[in-house]
Amino acid sequence: MSFSLTKDPRGIVVVGVEGQLIVGNRQELKAKVLDALEGGARKFVIDFNRTGYIDSSGLGVLVSLSKKIREQGGELRLAGLNEDLQTLFELTKLDTLFAISKTSAEALAAF
Amino acid sequence: MATSLRLVRRSRAQDEIELSLAVPSDLGLVGEAVELLARHCDTGVLSPRRLQFNLRIALAETLANAIAYGNRGDRSKPVDVCVTIAPDGLTIVVSDAGEGFDPATVPDPTTPENLERDEGRGLFVLRHLVDQIEFNDKGNRVCLVLRAG
Repeated sequence: MSFSLTKDPRGIVVVGVEGQLIVGNRQELKAKVLDALEGGARKFVIDFNRTGYIDSSGLGVLVSLSKKIREQGGELRLAGLNEDLQTLFELTKLDTLFAISKTSAEALAAF
Repeated sequence: MATSLRLVRRSRAQDEIELSLAVPSDLGLVGEAVELLARHCDTGVLSPRRLQFNLRIALAETLANAIAYGNRGDRSKPVDVCVTIAPDGLTIVVSDAGEGFDPATVPDPTTPENLERDEGRGLFVLRHLVDQIEFNDKGNRVCLVLRAG
């Protein structure tokens, strides 16, 4: 399974991305997060701790989700980026667009 | 994992291996094609880190561009991938049957007005992950080089 969704006791949705986030599975992530948003969730963490790589389509879906969550008054945080993924966010300047925490625990604590 | 893709592997002179793969123009096959090619590229020429990250993203970006913008998702038109593995690095050639494009016209996705766009980062990311990138004049074939290490 590529994506896992869990809720912490405060209702914050944590999405784990296993393997890769690319053109072939990005719609699945988008649908899962938007379902949770429609279900009333407003705070989200996407955890990349178990993610090997993200392509530009994957980056694009994160930008899109971030906008949709903000439009609903919510907040998206990213966590668990390894050094290469962090570099990818920096070179695309997306590190300026997202709140990025080292771990999902830190991201949850930041809400 | 069951695969609908058939990779051809040939040994060439001077310690070179050539991989050929025709990928139907279906974005749902990109992940499978990337894993299949990357598995066969795991020969020690690239470091595990560059194999996992640079190579896989480079393959995913070029395949997705060729399928979506080159062949416009027409499954009857394959995207052809040829990888040459040599002791000094990998050369990857990806071609589609499309009309091509001018890479110079692709806008910078990092400017403030483009930063929140959902698309348009592929070529930018690609340029940063490979050691060399070259398009043919028509713009429907790209050649990437990842040096050893």
